[in-house]
Amino acid sequence: MITFKINAQEVNFDGDPQTPALWVIRDELKLTGTKFGCGIGQCGACSIHLNGQVIRSCVTPIESVAGQSITTIEGLAEDKQLTPVQQAWIKHDVPQCGYCQSGQIMAATDLLHKNPNPSDADIIQAMSNICRCGTYVRIKKAIHDAAEMMSKGAQS
Amino acid sequence: MNSNEVKVNRRKFLITGMTVSGGLVFGLPTWANYQSDTAENKLGFFIEVKPDNTVVIGSNQPEIGQGIRTVLPMMVAEELDLNWSQVEVVQMPLGIVKTADGFTWKYGGQGVGGSTGTSGNWNFMREVGASARQQFISAAAKVWKVDPASCHSNEGHVIGPQKNQKASYASLITVASQIPLATTKPKLKDPANFKILGKPHNAVAVEDLVTGKAKYGIDTYVDGMKIAMIKRSPYLDGTVRSYDDSEALKILGVVKTTAIKGPQLGKPYNILASGVAVIADNTWAAMQGVAALKIDWDKGPHHKESTASFKAQLNELLQSKGQVVRDDGDFKAKFAAADKQLTRRYDIPFVSHAPLEPQNCFAHVQGDKVRIIVPTQMPSGASRAAAAETDIDRLDISIEMTRVGGGFGRRLSNDYVSEACIISKATGLPIKLMWSREDDIKHDFYRPAGIHEMNAGLNKQGELIAWQHRLASASKYYRRPNLSETEYWKAELYTDDYPANLIADYQVEYHSAQSGMPRGSWRAPAHTANGFVIQSFIDELAHESQQSPLDFQLKLLGDSREIPYENHGGPTFNPGRLAALLQWVATKIAFKQPRPKGRGVGIATHFTFGGYAAHAIEVSVSPEGDLTIHRVIGAIDCGFAVNPRGVEAQMQGGTIDALSTALNLEITVKDGQVVQSNFHDYPLMKQNQAPEMMEVHVVNHGNEPAGVGEIPLPPVAPALTNAIYAATGIRIRRLPIKDQLQVAMKSQTKA
Repeated sequence: MITFKINAQEVNFDGDPQTPALWVIRDELKLTGTKFGCGIGQCGACSIHLNGQVIRSCVTPIESVAGQSITTIEGLAEDKQLTPVQQAWIKHDVPQCGYCQSGQIMAATDLLHKNPNPSDADIIQAMSNICRCGTYVRIKKAIHDAAEMMSKGAQS
Repeated sequence: MNSNEVKVNRRKFLITGMTVSGGLVFGLPTWANYQSDTAENKLGFFIEVKPDNTVVIGSNQPEIGQGIRTVLPMMVAEELDLNWSQVEVVQMPLGIVKTADGFTWKYGGQGVGGSTGTSGNWNFMREVGASARQQFISAAAKVWKVDPASCHSNEGHVIGPQKNQKASYASLITVASQIPLATTKPKLKDPANFKILGKPHNAVAVEDLVTGKAKYGIDTYVDGMKIAMIKRSPYLDGTVRSYDDSEALKILGVVKTTAIKGPQLGKPYNILASGVAVIADNTWAAMQGVAALKIDWDKGPHHKESTASFKAQLNELLQSKGQVVRDDGDFKAKFAAADKQLTRRYDIPFVSHAPLEPQNCFAHVQGDKVRIIVPTQMPSGASRAAAAETDIDRLDISIEMTRVGGGFGRRLSNDYVSEACIISKATGLPIKLMWSREDDIKHDFYRPAGIHEMNAGLNKQGELIAWQHRLASASKYYRRPNLSETEYWKAELYTDDYPANLIADYQVEYHSAQSGMPRGSWRAPAHTANGFVIQSFIDELAHESQQSPLDFQLKLLGDSREIPYENHGGPTFNPGRLAALLQWVATKIAFKQPRPKGRGVGIATHFTFGGYAAHAIEVSVSPEGDLTIHRVIGAIDCGFAVNPRGVEAQMQGGTIDALSTALNLEITVKDGQVVQSNFHDYPLMKQNQAPEMMEVHVVNHGNEPAGVGEIPLPPVAPALTNAIYAATGIRIRRLPIKDQLQVAMKSQTKA
């Protein structure tokens, strides 16, 4: 039996401990905002936060998260208040098909935690998630905008 | 329900004149009336009014990221006179009805491809809104016992002639639904009075997309459902000889296996490959089960095919005369007599669609009923596929459409629907078929590969006087019913494409090649190849004759005028609209301004499916051959831009898609098997390769929209390679570019 927290709720899993966290999150917990794109950690559609750090859940065995805390896209907005990153994504109308955007938002959120004022070069280095629709132009703008929102929020 | 509401047979909107049975249909629906019953608070199929006056608009087309779920409801809302903030949108399922000779559409033609979703529904959706609005006005007039002409609408309300006479659509819905629909088409708004159309809007449900709530096909979980995955033949047209599933069945959660018979050799595909399906309790067990299968493959008829053998075949074909499919004037004589002659060959690879949501389909074949939930571009194709595999009446097959995690043409085919039905029928279980990324890259209807030979002659004044386009390729038109090989060229060459009709002595020739690779439509199909070839060759002709590529092409295009264009996107084409865009991007990027060595600008333009686009790209190439894309300027003229924000998004994304493909993407074959398997060897562009700057210009032209989704792509690759030539003198004639610059710069240094 593996016990861990997801979006502040404690859950148990008693299946194959090698199961990637992605499939526990999707098949068992039915949190479908975290997506499957490649299964080899290349595309980032499955990005989640483990103890506040972004990881790729398709290559993370569930046994390795025992006793730890996961946040998925569904748990990002506390009390249904959208985060600055989510707000910026809406403002810039970033998604097209939208399939990769949960992962993009999880990665961008992680970037802004570590670096509240990233340059273009920082964004390029940190954001390795694939967007098949090519929304990179708007992702970059939205990250800058979210950074600004966060710095204004911190000042006020 | 209020006591004064009366249950009646509601009126419905129905489209006639189109059959569901014949492949891709992109015609305009015609307007007609149809009596039937429907749910409460509804006016026809598309409109429902909630008690709080929220208007729920049904969107009948698949949303694949192109924004149709925003654009069509905008059309309805405009004519229904709503405030956009009172609109909610729901995805409609496939609707078909039986006729004497087959089936017809219930909710208008459904299916997205060929960039026709917006243009094809432009009149229809506005008529839906305008008719409903007229019914609300008639209802209010009836209630108030006044002349309908004395009433008007305003943002979800009808206003009467007397003071304070105002009624919400919600209060009128019951009466409105009993008003007979006008027998004539409703009068549509003067575009000068548009409040919603032509104004930038965010995508509908963008909040759901940033919170993980949006549901895609892969997010389908139905009670009692199992997960199915298939190990498909790695050999093109290979088959299962025998298999051993004993190890697979030992895996915790694996329920059973079932063999999948492959498609009939040389016949139309129902599915892509023979294989063995594993049915399991969860996805991880299914994945492990597939990996544990031991299968003895019959390697089939193509096991000797490789990319090298295929290219050798193409070059061999080009040694002889092919099928001449257009022949204006006397190309041969004019070419022979030309002051300057140029011959060039360009090499286009197979590419995969790789939508980020892998193929999937929920199917439950239950007695004489089938339930399908599927992300598809062609729901009617899904219905036909399910009927073909189950022998169940199409009226008893429900097709529910989810949001689609990318289409790009891959989901015009419904092979995954057939597979899901085969498995559900064989096991009696409700199953969700899941494809892995490897399944997706290795089993696709790839964009056809080909080699193009271009021949052109210039006169003493440097004017183009003879043009010949010769292509050898494996067409996507094959393995189709009632299609002879002499027709295969029609999917590969659009004979009215520019510069046709601008050069008197003009010839197009095709050579049909054989390959085991399945082929299909990839975003802007043959335009991606032909746009690259034509715009590269025009650039080469200009440089060879010491002319500015901009001046040379502007002269060739000439002034604004309509010329005939019989391929998809016609009936006419205006070269002047291309010239205007080309001039715009060239000016914006200061095309004629000299750049230092190693830095250069390229331009290109193309007409695709009724829409016009041009790009200017500025690059630099280091002495080691490393490429940096500094700036991309794009311009698009898609007629009337219904949602300029969405058009801009398609232009930005389409440009990235085209750059990604030109730079890195290629599917190769070895020993009759696809070599690539996932994003490590099919490396879609990431943020780090995206251009440093991109600027997009949306031009409005007239009052009719053309398509958008595919139009941005064709000019991008040639603008990029023309820029590389300007920077380095290296001409890229083979896609993808990959390491060609590093190799060429190294050999330049040596020389």
